[in-house]
Amino acid sequence: MRGQVVAIGLVIVAGVSVYVTMTSVSNTLQRTLNLYYREYAFADAFASVRRAPEPAAERLRRLPGVAELETRVAAIVNLEIEGFTDPVSGRIVSVPEGAQPRMNRLFIREGRLVEPGREAEVVLNETFAEAHRLRPGDELGAVIAGRRRTLTVVGIALSPEFLYQVQPGSLFPDPERFGVLWMGRSALETAYGMAGAFNELAFTLAPGAYGRDVLERVDRVLAPYGGRGAYLRDDQISHSLISEELNQLESMALLLPSIVLGVAAFLLNIVVSRLITQQRDQIGILKAFGYSDSTVALHYLKLVLVVAVSGAAVGTGLGAWMGSAMAELYLEYFHFPYLAYRLDPGVVFAAVALAGGAAVVGAALAARRALKLPPAEAMRPAPPASYRATVLERIGLQRLVDTPTRIVLRNIERQWLKSGLSVLGIAGACAILVMGMFWQDAFDHILHVQFKIAQREDLTVTFTEPTSAAATSELRSLPGVQHAEPFRNFAVRLRNAHRSYDAAIEGLAPDPYLRRVIDSDLNPISIPEGGLVLSKNLADILEVGPGEEIIVEVMEGRRYERNVQVVAIAEQFLGVGAYMALDEANRLAGEGDAVSGTLLMVDPRYEEQLIEALRERPRVASITSRERTMASYTETTAEMLLVFTFVLSLFAGVIALGVIYNSIRITLSERDRELASMRVLGFTRGEVAYVLLGEMAVLVALSIPVGLALGAFLSMLSAASLQTEMYRIPVVLGRGTFALAAAVVLISSVLSALLVRRRLNRLDLIGVLKTRE
Amino acid sequence: MKAQPIEAVFETRGLTKVYHMGEVQVHALRGIDLDLYHGELVVLLGASGSGKSTLVNILGGLDTATDGRVLYRGTDLTRAGERELTQYRRECVGFVFQFYNLIPSLTALENVALVTDLAARPISPLEALQLVGLGERVHHFPSQLSGGEQQRVAIARAIAKSPQVLLCDEPTGALDSETGIIVLEALDRVNRELGTTTVIITHNVVQGEIAERVIHLKDGRISEIARNERRSRPSGLTW
Repeated sequence: MRGQVVAIGLVIVAGVSVYVTMTSVSNTLQRTLNLYYREYAFADAFASVRRAPEPAAERLRRLPGVAELETRVAAIVNLEIEGFTDPVSGRIVSVPEGAQPRMNRLFIREGRLVEPGREAEVVLNETFAEAHRLRPGDELGAVIAGRRRTLTVVGIALSPEFLYQVQPGSLFPDPERFGVLWMGRSALETAYGMAGAFNELAFTLAPGAYGRDVLERVDRVLAPYGGRGAYLRDDQISHSLISEELNQLESMALLLPSIVLGVAAFLLNIVVSRLITQQRDQIGILKAFGYSDSTVALHYLKLVLVVAVSGAAVGTGLGAWMGSAMAELYLEYFHFPYLAYRLDPGVVFAAVALAGGAAVVGAALAARRALKLPPAEAMRPAPPASYRATVLERIGLQRLVDTPTRIVLRNIERQWLKSGLSVLGIAGACAILVMGMFWQDAFDHILHVQFKIAQREDLTVTFTEPTSAAATSELRSLPGVQHAEPFRNFAVRLRNAHRSYDAAIEGLAPDPYLRRVIDSDLNPISIPEGGLVLSKNLADILEVGPGEEIIVEVMEGRRYERNVQVVAIAEQFLGVGAYMALDEANRLAGEGDAVSGTLLMVDPRYEEQLIEALRERPRVASITSRERTMASYTETTAEMLLVFTFVLSLFAGVIALGVIYNSIRITLSERDRELASMRVLGFTRGEVAYVLLGEMAVLVALSIPVGLALGAFLSMLSAASLQTEMYRIPVVLGRGTFALAAAVVLISSVLSALLVRRRLNRLDLIGVLKTRE
Repeated sequence: MKAQPIEAVFETRGLTKVYHMGEVQVHALRGIDLDLYHGELVVLLGASGSGKSTLVNILGGLDTATDGRVLYRGTDLTRAGERELTQYRRECVGFVFQFYNLIPSLTALENVALVTDLAARPISPLEALQLVGLGERVHHFPSQLSGGEQQRVAIARAIAKSPQVLLCDEPTGALDSETGIIVLEALDRVNRELGTTTVIITHNVVQGEIAERVIHLKDGRISEIARNERRSRPSGLTW
């Protein structure tokens, strides 16, 4: 039984280690995050405005529900780093000279804060500094308010506000091309003409204050100054992305181990059932001697508990090791100032309880049957198993199957529950694999749709503020530009009854060639006149469909509301989108014939030169490259996905092997007599193996389609549960995923078959003839 | 009385078998010299541990000798490999065991057909079952048959492939005397009608009366070979 116990032990180890790893990492991250947020005073809410005078801040501070409030000046700038030719942009945020801000404080990893009177000093966010190997004392160029400046790095820092540093409009961090910098308040005020004014603020909520109400009050105060809408921490991009990551981890921490431990319970059940059948007479004798049912049951429970507890112990150890390694990975990924991995005793306790529980349930079901037998009956050999013709034969197809095949089919049908659970167990392994690889498929699909079908521009040039449409023609005439298309976007709040969402309306050329809006069949649609096209997820959030009207609150400049009809729904997996024809968007924004930026298709030979030329232009706020956005997306997701898929494949392999190997071993043990008899009658080893392995082959053959379907279902479930405003996850499963999942199951089967084949060859032909079962 | 069969089906010379059970060596056979002839029915008698099963297992190609030789129609079984022995069992030998060893998932007819599918010149499974008096219960599964019926299915299975030899290890050991006689009758009939060389192991002395020769084994040696003047019909036996 050693091989079987080891196989079951491994399944338990797999289940417990996934549970311990994910739960402990999730707890550690949550704890670290809370501590970090508290110690570094992460604000509860944020707002941005075009330009508000400092006295307005006083009014805001007096608003009910606002506890503490801090203003600042922030801007997006183009950066130049020596030896790096790609466009780099940065978000410069002001900090008080010589002091920490009161909110969103900086953790200084190296160097110091900005000192008063030193206008060229900046502190860099660590990820950005690392990406370019910048250290205190190094210099970098920046175009600030149209003027080229040389900045000196004085410190490297981390902030709870920029755990994820994501460029506005992008969804993925790209530390080489986008970074956060902190600069002295007065230097920024001077550069942007913001003396005695601010354009951003952060605040905390008074205890018991209702966030949404406070936001509304803040918005009302800021409206005359070009308020762009206040938002809570939950909508802050870094925080929402990190929360999403934690949610994913948490849901995986529950789903995966449940499947794995369920399989372990089933395996223990079949092994204990078999053991009890074999020891039937011994149970009878013990009971005849006066041992109680519970004493006998305890004996078997002890046995499975030894397996479960040892499995849980090894799994916990492995989980703690993997957990600390994974925490290390997260520490690097998120750039926490510190991360103390801790394995809570509660997690260990839960792991042991889960494994033990699964084992006890599995064994108890098996033992119950044996204990019901009166001693005298238990001591007699079990009656021969009853069989009957299978459904296949009863409907008259018996001619199709030869005698050995009938043995196979009847055995499967007689133990339909066990067969069914085996199929389910193997299918579970297969499904876990499909689910693991589904993410890769989904991300590939998102990438394809977003960056091959919808977005085809090479460069996106954003202007510092809405500019005359002539700017696009101007860019079109630059050398290397093959095609140029204007776009106009502005912040809005979309409302439908009590539902509202802060988004940006993007005005696009009538029949865009570069930035296209696509329908659910992935065909580009031209934007109809007379209304808005909403991305599917935005339409879902607002609960509107085509033909219905929503209220658009324009959040820039003079604020006002308009009723606008939703005319179509667009497919979009990344982010939310609201699209309109360019001229209509301009009419809605009320600023005449303006563009916010231009999309360019570029001859690659001229790209570098073109970027250089664009950077020179004072009105160009940022230049982003589609190629780079795609690459950064792939980089950020690929590594995590690879680790994830690898771990899952390993576990799925263990489960498949555990179930298949155990099932064959049990079948061999149940039928060794029958198989040995066949060998005696002159059947060859191969012919006997057919009867044994044929049964498994049928189960495996059944389990693969079930597993693939189950995997698709679980993928759908996890896609739905992890869907956020940021992502809509398409359920796309590649043929390669199915093929690989099936291959892992088949390889596990072949491996199990080879392991058992040796035993089959050593069948004791004489022994079985002298005994009765 | 019928004429003395001439052709020897089995010839054993100096047949020895030693088992190693942990540190202990068990001498199961200590030099058996024996000829068994075509068409004869032989009963092997002896106490437990006398070596009768070991001898039959070696004759049937289920076990290999430690020393000495076994010739089956001139072929040396002691030199045969795993593959040849399987082939030999498949083509030449029919077995009947104390505990029937039927396949529980197959009906009586299918249990017999399992073997006839392998054979070169089988008799039909139905015919074989009729020969042992089970023509009415061919579609029953083992769990639906009595012990005696199961043993007769085993006999039908053994004879259906028309083997040269039929080796029976305590075929009545698990049966009451009445059922045992029915089983012996089946074996006797097969031997008479098909001329199959038959070896029956038993420790029931009375059963020796149905044989042409009774071979007594003791401590791994042949202690006596007795020839019956007249073979009794099983129906006349009582024990």
